[in-house]
Amino acid sequence: MQPEPTNDDAPGDLGPLVQVRDVGVRRQGRWIVRHVDLEVFRGKLVYLIGANGAGKSTLAKSVLGLIDINEGSIDRAPSLKVGYVPQRLQVSPNLPLNLRRLMTLTGRFPATEIDAALAAVGLDRLGDPPVSTMSGGEFQRALLARALIHRPDLLVLDEPAQGVDAAGTEVFHERIEEIRRDLDCGVLLISHDIQLVMDTGDDVVVLLPHEHDDPNPYFGSAEGQSNQQGAE
Amino acid sequence: MLDDFLVRALLAGIGLALVTGPTGCFIVWRRLAYFGETIAHSALLGVAVAILLDAHLVIGIFAIACGVVLVMFFLEGRDTLPTDTLLGLLAHGGLALGLVILSFFPTMRLDLQALLFGDILGVARADLAMIWLGGAIALAVLVWIWRALLTATVSVDLATVEGLRPERARLVFGFLVAAIIAVAIKIVGVLLIVALLVIPAATVRRFATSPEMMALGAAIMGVVAVGGGLYASAELDTPSGPSIVVVALILFSVTRLQWPKAASRG
Repeated sequence: MQPEPTNDDAPGDLGPLVQVRDVGVRRQGRWIVRHVDLEVFRGKLVYLIGANGAGKSTLAKSVLGLIDINEGSIDRAPSLKVGYVPQRLQVSPNLPLNLRRLMTLTGRFPATEIDAALAAVGLDRLGDPPVSTMSGGEFQRALLARALIHRPDLLVLDEPAQGVDAAGTEVFHERIEEIRRDLDCGVLLISHDIQLVMDTGDDVVVLLPHEHDDPNPYFGSAEGQSNQQGAE
Repeated sequence: MLDDFLVRALLAGIGLALVTGPTGCFIVWRRLAYFGETIAHSALLGVAVAILLDAHLVIGIFAIACGVVLVMFFLEGRDTLPTDTLLGLLAHGGLALGLVILSFFPTMRLDLQALLFGDILGVARADLAMIWLGGAIALAVLVWIWRALLTATVSVDLATVEGLRPERARLVFGFLVAAIIAVAIKIVGVLLIVALLVIPAATVRRFATSPEMMALGAAIMGVVAVGGGLYASAELDTPSGPSIVVVALILFSVTRLQWPKAASRG
C-alpha cells in the first residue's frame, strides 16, 4: 500500500499513479496476459509493446478497471483522474455528433479550453465537422484532445498511431511528449511498433505472446509470461 | 374543452410524441428498434397477467416489459445466442403465451383490435393525466441519464473510465422504454408504437447537427405527425393510430425526396 496522501497532494505525488503487480487475466481457461508488473509515475511515459495477440489491450483495460483480473493486484492512486483514448472507435453516422460536441461529451468546458485542446493535437483548423466524416487519424487526435481537456493525471493511449503513416507517427509521438510535459501527467502508451520506442529514454514493458498458455488450464504453469521493465 | 374526444386524443398524442421523439433518438443511435418491438409484443403477455391478477393493464404491461428488459440486460453478451435471436424468442414467446393465457378467459371480452392498433379516440381524462405526468417523469429521467447514455453510445469503455456508469444508464433506459410503451399501448397499440419511436427520429436525422437538436426535432416531428394524423383520420374517417403513423411516414418520405444530395452523405 502507498502512504496516505494529504489533501494538498495531487494523485501520484507520493507514489506511482498506477501500480500493476503480477497481474494475470484469464478468459475461458486461457491466460491472455500473466505475470505482468508495471508502474507509471507522474511525468513519466511508459511504453507497453508487444505483437498482436500479446494482450496489450487486455492489460490496458485492466489498468483502466474495465475488466476484472484473475491474479495479482492493480493499485491506483486515490482520486486518480484517467484520460483514455481507445483503439479504433467507430461512431455511427446515425449519431449527429460534431467535433466540438465530442469535446464536451462528458463535461462542459469554455470555448477557449476546447480551442486549446484542439490546438494541442493540431485540429484547430479543422472547424467543426461531423466526427463520422473525419479520417481515422483525425478522429484519434480528437479523442486525445477530448481526454486532454479533462486534465488527466494518467493518460492511457491504445495504439494511438494506428493507421497513421510513419511521418504522422513521429509527429504524434512528439505531441504526446509535449502533452506529458505540459500536463505533467503519466502516460501509458500501447504500441506494436517496437522500432519507435528503441531510441527513447522511456520505460518499456514488453508483452510476449502465448508463452503463458497452460497445457492444462486447471493447474498453474510455472512458466509464465516474461516481461521486463527497465529505465534506460 | 376536454369533453371533446378529439381534443383529448390530440392532447394524448402530443404528450406521447414529446416523449417518444427524444427517446426514439436513442433507439435509432443504439439500434434498438427490435428491442422496442420485443417490449411491445410482450405487452400481450402483460395484458394477460393484468387480467389474471386483476391489476391495471398499464401495470401488467409495465411489469412484464421490465421482465423482458432484465432478461435482455443479463443475457445479452453472456449467452451464445445473438441479440436478435434472443429478442425474437422473447417477442414471439411473450405474444404467444399472452394469447394462450387470454384464451382461458372466454368470458373476458378483450378488444384485440384496440390492443394491436390502439384506440386514441377512447382516451379518458385519467389517461391524459397519466400520459402527461408520466411523460414529464420520463423526460426528466432521460435528461438524467442523457450524458452517460450518449457517451456510452460513442464508447462504453470511455463512459466507464470517466465514471458515468453506462450499464446503469442502459438499464434505466430499458425501464424507460418499458414505461413509455406500457402507457402508449392504449394510444397507438402494440404493432405501431415503435413507429412513433423510430420514424420521427429518422426523419430529423439529416437536419440535426447535434444529438440535442435531433432530440428536439424528433419531438416536434412527432407532434406534427400526431396532429396531421388525427386531422386526416377525422376528415377521411380512417383509423387514428395507423393514420398518425402514415403521416409520420409521409413526412419522412418528403424530407428524403427534397434533399437527395444530403441523402448520399447521411
